[in-house]
Amino acid sequence: MIAIVDYRAGNLTSVKKALDFLGADSLITSDPKDVARAQKVVLPGVGHFSVTRILDELGLQGAVESAIQRGKPFLGICVGMQWMFESSAEAPETRGLGLFTGQCERFPTQVKSPHVGWNTLRLRNFSRLLEDISPDSCVYFTHSYRAPIVDETVAECEYGGAFSAVVERDQLFGVQFHPEKSGPVGLKILENFCRL
Amino acid sequence: MTLTKRMIACLDVHGGRVVKGVQFLNLKDAGDPADLAAAHSEAGADEIVLLDISATHENRSTLLETVRKTARRIFIPFTVGGGIRSLDQAADVFDAGGDKISINSAALADPALITCIAQRYGSQAVVLAIDAKRRTSGSGFEVWVSGGRTPTGRDAIEWAQEAEERGAGEILLTSMDRDGTGAGFDCELTRAAAQAVHIPVIASGGGGNTQTFVEVFREGQADAALAASIFHFGWQRLTDLKQELQAAGIPVRLPC
Repeated sequence: MIAIVDYRAGNLTSVKKALDFLGADSLITSDPKDVARAQKVVLPGVGHFSVTRILDELGLQGAVESAIQRGKPFLGICVGMQWMFESSAEAPETRGLGLFTGQCERFPTQVKSPHVGWNTLRLRNFSRLLEDISPDSCVYFTHSYRAPIVDETVAECEYGGAFSAVVERDQLFGVQFHPEKSGPVGLKILENFCRL
Repeated sequence: MTLTKRMIACLDVHGGRVVKGVQFLNLKDAGDPADLAAAHSEAGADEIVLLDISATHENRSTLLETVRKTARRIFIPFTVGGGIRSLDQAADVFDAGGDKISINSAALADPALITCIAQRYGSQAVVLAIDAKRRTSGSGFEVWVSGGRTPTGRDAIEWAQEAEERGAGEILLTSMDRDGTGAGFDCELTRAAAQAVHIPVIASGGGGNTQTFVEVFREGQADAALAASIFHFGWQRLTDLKQELQAAGIPVRLPC
């Protein structure tokens, strides 16, 4: 079972719907016990970086960290990915998980923000999550803050400079875009995650 | 490598069916919303917008059922509008599977609604729709409401700017003069808005042949273009249109 962690930050049904379509067994949950018994964990996210504090309030942060320590495949989406970094300029007082180094920053003012729409992935390194994804595939982004390029960046995107579109290390995966909203390419990425 | 220009297929829904009129009148039946949404998505639409043009109280449950059925069929962004007057009604649409809501008349009547929904669901989930018409005397564009039936006296560009300040994430700007004509977008209107705000502007009304789309992206500086009848009735196949746009140097997402 894949736990889709619900921290009351917007609409999780589209992630659930995509996993259902792929035939994966998943559960939207705010219960740390469900996260503990899940084989894989997905942390979706839209909205503000500070809402990740709710994870702590609901007792979910510990459950997520424990799942990660036990080597369960973990996928952070959008703000869920940003939360895997140390912090974000959007809410400097809220700490991220620090699984990847650096802080998420706002887009420079010379480009429109939020970055909304379909943009191209530039593949950098071998990635299990992006297996069989064509090098110039487009995926759907909608965000105002972006994660820096790190050693674990396996795909980057260009918008007012390069930023991390996909990060990956061992069983940890983060995507800035919305695979559940990225058509056949996004479904393939989710399928790759389900198959891990 | 760049952010592509979005091609958005719009479904105007009345009583659970997709309809299309010309300049907001003479409605024709165009099919089942979920079927059409799936077909457009398959053909390469980058986003689906579903607008409930009847938007009466009796129709709310019909609309939500339509949203639910449609959302199940597509894995691209899905925007729903028409008759959303409160945070609760917006919440119902999000729960039914909408990714974004589009508000129009209700936001004009109560601009705080934009902020209210944006604070709860994020600006990316709030599309402010404006129906604009060229003023008959003088210059500029006036905002009309209630499905294009009532003039407000307000300037469309100023309203777009205010909506951005209040937290709207995108502007869906329809030229009432061009709606349903296929005669080309009102590039002057689109450009004025695109230059005045820092959020994406979706041009609507007047999409026809490939050249009309090239013009609205180049001269109109639109971030996205929305059309309905030309896609439903097969005047213009989206797949071919996107190929032609790419050949004309407009960055678009082509299906893999």
